[in-house]
Formats: sequence, C-alpha cells, structure tokens
Amino acid sequence: MKTLSFLRRSFEHGVHPAHHKQQTEDLPIQRVPFGKDYIMPLGQHIGVPARPVVDVGERVQRGQLIAEPGGFVSTALHSPVTGTIRDIGDFRGVDGRFAPAIAIQADAFATQQADAGPALDWQSLSLEDFIEAVQMAGIVGMGGAAFPAHVKLSVPDGVRIRHLLINGAECEPYLTTDHRLMLERPQALLEGAEIMRQKLGAEETVIGVEMNKPDAIEVIKRHIRPDQPVRVVPLKVKYPQGAEKMMIKSVFGKEVPAGQLPRDVEVNVNNVGTIVAVADYFLRGMPLIERVVTVAGPGVTYPANLIVPLGTPVRDVVKFCGGLRPGTREIIMGGPMMGRPIASLDVPVLKGCSGVLVFTEQQTARRKEYPCISCGRCLEACPYFLNPSRLARLSKSRMFDEMKAYHVFDCVECGSCTFACPSNIPIVQLIRTAKDDLSHRKESDT
Amino acid sequence: MKRKDPDLLLFHAPLLRQGMTTPKAMRDVLYALAPATLASLWFFGLSAALILGACIAGAVAAEWLFAQREARGESLRDASGILTGLLLGLTLPPGLPLWMAFLGGFVGISLGKAIWGGLGHNLFNPALLGRAFLLATFPIAMTTWVPINVDGGFLDVYPGNLALPFMQAGADGVTAATPLGMMKFEHTVTPLADLAFGKVSGSLGETSGLLLLLGGIFLWLRRDLDWRIPVSILLTVLVFSAALSMVDAARFPTPLFSVFSGGLLLGAIYMATDPVTSPITPKGAWIFGTGTGVLVMLIRVFGGLPEGVMYAILLMNAATPLIDRYTQPRVFGRGAESK
Repeated sequence: MKTLSFLRRSFEHGVHPAHHKQQTEDLPIQRVPFGKDYIMPLGQHIGVPARPVVDVGERVQRGQLIAEPGGFVSTALHSPVTGTIRDIGDFRGVDGRFAPAIAIQADAFATQQADAGPALDWQSLSLEDFIEAVQMAGIVGMGGAAFPAHVKLSVPDGVRIRHLLINGAECEPYLTTDHRLMLERPQALLEGAEIMRQKLGAEETVIGVEMNKPDAIEVIKRHIRPDQPVRVVPLKVKYPQGAEKMMIKSVFGKEVPAGQLPRDVEVNVNNVGTIVAVADYFLRGMPLIERVVTVAGPGVTYPANLIVPLGTPVRDVVKFCGGLRPGTREIIMGGPMMGRPIASLDVPVLKGCSGVLVFTEQQTARRKEYPCISCGRCLEACPYFLNPSRLARLSKSRMFDEMKAYHVFDCVECGSCTFACPSNIPIVQLIRTAKDDLSHRKESDT
Repeated sequence: MKRKDPDLLLFHAPLLRQGMTTPKAMRDVLYALAPATLASLWFFGLSAALILGACIAGAVAAEWLFAQREARGESLRDASGILTGLLLGLTLPPGLPLWMAFLGGFVGISLGKAIWGGLGHNLFNPALLGRAFLLATFPIAMTTWVPINVDGGFLDVYPGNLALPFMQAGADGVTAATPLGMMKFEHTVTPLADLAFGKVSGSLGETSGLLLLLGGIFLWLRRDLDWRIPVSILLTVLVFSAALSMVDAARFPTPLFSVFSGGLLLGAIYMATDPVTSPITPKGAWIFGTGTGVLVMLIRVFGGLPEGVMYAILLMNAATPLIDRYTQPRVFGRGAESK
C-alpha cells in the first residue's frame, strides 16, 4: 500500500485533541445575507495599520479601496459592502481594546453584486508589481495569523524558493473552512497555486493535508492537470501539524533553524484560504472582502460553514446560525487551541478569523490548578522540544530573564503543553506574560 | 423583545484539555499498588493492614496539620499523602511496632514534603525519607524480619506490632532473614520462584515481584510513569550482576536474583519514578536510572548493608536538579548545546 509510507510522515511530539469536526465537515459553504453595519478595523493584520483613503459620508462600492497600506508590512482594506462610510474612529476590537476602524453602513437596496473588477494579466506582471498587487488586494495569511501575504513573497537576493507548500492541515479542532474550500473550490486552489508557484519560480507545489480529510485529498488529486507540478501529501493527524515549521518538518524532513524563516530552507508556506484569495483576485478581480468562517461548538444552534463579508459583527453571524443556545459561556475567534476569546458580540469578523466557536459550561468550567509535579507530559507535547514545566515555574517566580536561556522566544504558543498538563497550569499564559514583559523592557531600553 | 447577551468569559486558549489530572495520576499509582498490597495482606495477615494503616494515618495527619487552614481538604483530596503512606508502609518489616510506622508516615510527609513547600516542591521522595528516618532511629526494629504467615490465621498479629511507644520493642517472636541478608551473610540463595511469587521474608511490599511488575505495566499503559527509569535501573542491575557472577558465581548473586530480591522492583517502579523527585528530561531519566542501578549494586555488594535501594534513590534524588539542568532537550531548529 502506497499510503502506508505516509503514515509516519510527521513532526515529533505534539498532542491529539479530539477533532470535533463532525459538526460541520459535511456542510457546504453558504453565504451569510448582508446586514446593515460593518466595522473594518485598520489593524486587522500583523504590522502597521492601514491608512483610510475615504471620508465620512462618502459612498463606497463593494470591493472599493477604503484604506491603503500604512507601510511595507501592512496591507490594503476594501469595502465589504456597497454603502456609506458612517464613521472613522475607535471601535472595540477582539481583545477588548479600542482601535481605529472604518464603520460602513450597507445600502438597504444595493444588490451587493460581486463585480469588483476584471481579471489581471498576472503573467506579464514583474515580481515587484505582483507583490504590490497582492498587497493592494489586501491578502493576508488566512489561517489565523493574518500576516500580510506579500511580505513572504519578497525574498531577499540570493535566496531561492524551490517549494510552494500549501497548508491544508487544518489541525485546530472544530474548524472546517480549509476542508470545505479544498472540497468545493479545488480549481481555484490549484489556479492560485500555479500563479504563486510561477511567480516565486518554485519547482513544485506541495499541498499538505491531514489524513482525516481523505475526500479533500481525493478531490484535489482529481483536479490536478498533468502539466501542473503539484503533489498532495497526506499528513498524520496531530496537533500542531499546521504550524508552518512543523509542516515543513513533516513534508520535507527539514528543520527551519530557530529564528529563521521557511524561505531559509527554500520553502514558502501559505494557507489554503490565502491561495484561494490569490486566485480570486488575479483571475476574478475580487480583493479580499470576505472569507469562509466555521461557526461551531456546543453553544451554537445550527453550526455552519459560511462566507462572511469582513467586518460583519459576530452577532449577525451567530443570529444567522439560529442564535446562541442557553448556557453559552465563551466565544472564541479562531480555533480552540490558539484562538482568542471575544468580550462582546459586536466584534467584527476579521481577515484572520477562521472560526467563531461557541462554548458552554462544559469547556469553560474552571479546573482546579495543582502544583507542577514534573510529570514531563508538557515536554512530550512541545513540538519545539522546549521545557514548558521549567518555563512556567520561572515565569511564576517572575524570573523572566532566566527564561531566555530556556529559549522562551522559540515558543509559538500552540498550547500543546497546556492541553497536556494534568495539573491545569496555564503554561501558555505564563509564557506570554514573560514574553510581553521581556519585549516591553527591550523596547523601553532602546 | 431583545434578549440579553450572555456574560462572556475570556479564558485564554487552549480551551481543550486532555482528561488526565494530577489527582487521577496519583490514584492510578494506588490502583497499581493494589495487587501487591493485597498480596502483603495474604502473606502477613492483619499485621500488614495495621502497618499500612498506621503509615497512611501518619502521612495524612501530617498533610492535614501542615496544610494551610483553607486548603486542608484540598491537600488530602489529591491522594498524594495516602500514596506516600502506602509506599512507606510497603517498605517496612511486618513486625514493626505500629507507633513507629505512624511516626514514619508523619515524618515522611512533614520533613519530606511539607517543609519544602508541599506537593511538587520536595527534593527527596517523602516515603523513602520517612523510611530513612526510621532506619536511622530504630535500626534494630527496622531490620528484624519475621517469616511470612504461611499457616497462621489472618488475624494473627506479630507480637512486635503492639509494642508501646518508646518501650523496648518486643522482638522475641520468631525471626527470619531476608533473601538478600541470607545472600550477603550466609551465602544461601533463595529459589527464584519463591522470590517472584513472594514466598519470602522481607518488608510488606517487596515480597511479590510479579505483582509489582503487573502494576508497573498498568502505569506504563496509562502513561503515568516514565518507563525509562525502571527500565534503566533494572537493565543496569542485570548487567552489573551478570558481570559480577561471571567473576565469581558462588559469591555474587545471579542477575535475576538481583532483580527479584529485596526492594528493587518496588523502588524502581514506584519510588524512583516519583515524577517530582526524578528528572523531567528523557536523557535525564536514563542517567538517573543508570545511576540508581549502579548505586544499588555498589551498596548491596560492597556496602555494609544487605539492601541499598533506598539510599541509591535518595542519593539520585539529590542529583536530580543538576541532572535536569544539564540534560535539556535539543530545541527544534537549534544545534546541540549544553544548558
């Protein structure tokens, strides 16, 4: 059997949370009806916030540029709806803090037709123009980090990209957006991959998919044209298989050196959603104004995979899914392992929001914390081979500087250690606290 | 009518947890010890129950006394005190006066655990510290072994058990030597089958090697135990004594005798593996286990005592922080380095 040789394909360590994907993995993507109010935070990507190019009261078309990149590590924003700029000011963001955003009121009678622009002649674009086009399309990493996609494309001189790696692992429990995209839009995925591969000058495209999505693997394989150098690599179901450095290890057997980037091992990694967004822009003229979101969890009445215009308040999304069940205690934006809890239903869906997960008492019940008994389960979980037990102890004693010797900054906060801890020690939070403290002090020193 | 939004919690991800908890892990060890405990009741009758009960009572009393007032119930619920008491009891001679057993449990928890800051902070295995205290304080009572209770009824109690505190321990009952003692001082070898099934004189829990192994396999299946530690201890002892018996088969014990005699299995599977007092790193576990195995053999063969498991583990406990420091795993994407 050929598939048997792939069974061992994986990184080392990691954890095995129940994947909880049954709720939505068979539900086709559907469109959320347009609502009235939209809020587009200017800083919904990693990096410098975007700069508004519209004024209050101005009418905007769906897909029209409303904010331009504020720097190189920044990206453009487009109006998700046809309507009027209601306000430009501070709105409450996902983390509860106020941050600048553009509020748009949708036209009640607009058709909201998606006819944003013509296809681009991407083949004749120079690499610089291509990179700028990706930036102006507002495309970011859609897996959750929302890191501007064009930054990864600009490779310094002398560095070569040989492999375009497409991340279809979707290792976070509950989430099924990439799964559904691979099933329903394999054509777009492969078109986008071809654009990216040719522009990067890579030799091949590799699509890594966890083996719990055999249908997606099948569908993609069926759509690969003979002239496309694409292979699909089934990966072991293990968290965090979708962390880019882990996936590189799983697929190519290479370790990206600490502090370096995938490009240093000649790989460029992009999420399935990002690649589809590239296809939508260059072939259909659609900038990034909507995304697929999985709405799931025990607290939601009708779980679904939805196309949601960016800026849609979570309230509208949840309402479309039949509302919250009684007993709802927490709503997570993103996955249950790395996502962020939201404080209010008025928070908008952002470019990096792959899921809206509604949890009840059962998931959020306060578990008693016990002292660390050095059982070592966190060491066996950590895909980076750190010593989370030691890091947590040091952080509790506020010995942050000592944590640097234990490579605290190599931690990607995947949460595996905390998931595995039988003493319920909030290891990730303790590590974050230390990182925040260390980087703030570094900033104030310089 | 507008329904009010639910009050949302802001617990940090990950929201999912695996099912194991620390008290569950502690209870697993209790379950794993159940067969060996029942065997000790079978072999030594009511005396075994009394000794184990006294140890647990002493340990739990210390837990209760030294816990913070508001956390008193909690510190008892994690089962670690009961486990310490049980482990200590299994290392004691069946004829020991009960008050000594109680004192051992009390000292084990208070000096072995509470004084360090409680669960997770101690350097030495509390049960073994309690035993070391008893051995230093009551050397005669701690080395007076009685024959197993083969014919007597379950309710027969060894006369030594009921000695009153600080009065001469009544050691006038029948005594017997342990297999290791016979080996060391009389050069008599006990048949392996007797060792494996426990038909030998010795402390309560060190008699039945097979039942101890059975519990160890259970713990390994439940991932409650770092298999590297018992494996490396037992392998070291096997290799060490194989080498010795090649030198002089008459004087030195055979490898299997070394493994199944004395407290080695009890120590290797249940005490050396105490996560708090053994290294957390995989490489450290190998070093710890090998070191323990070497020390056990050195004490048994060249030391003045017939048995050395307790001191071997305690010595390696002391080295654990150092071992941990120098065996940090290689971090992903970084070259080999020592830190």
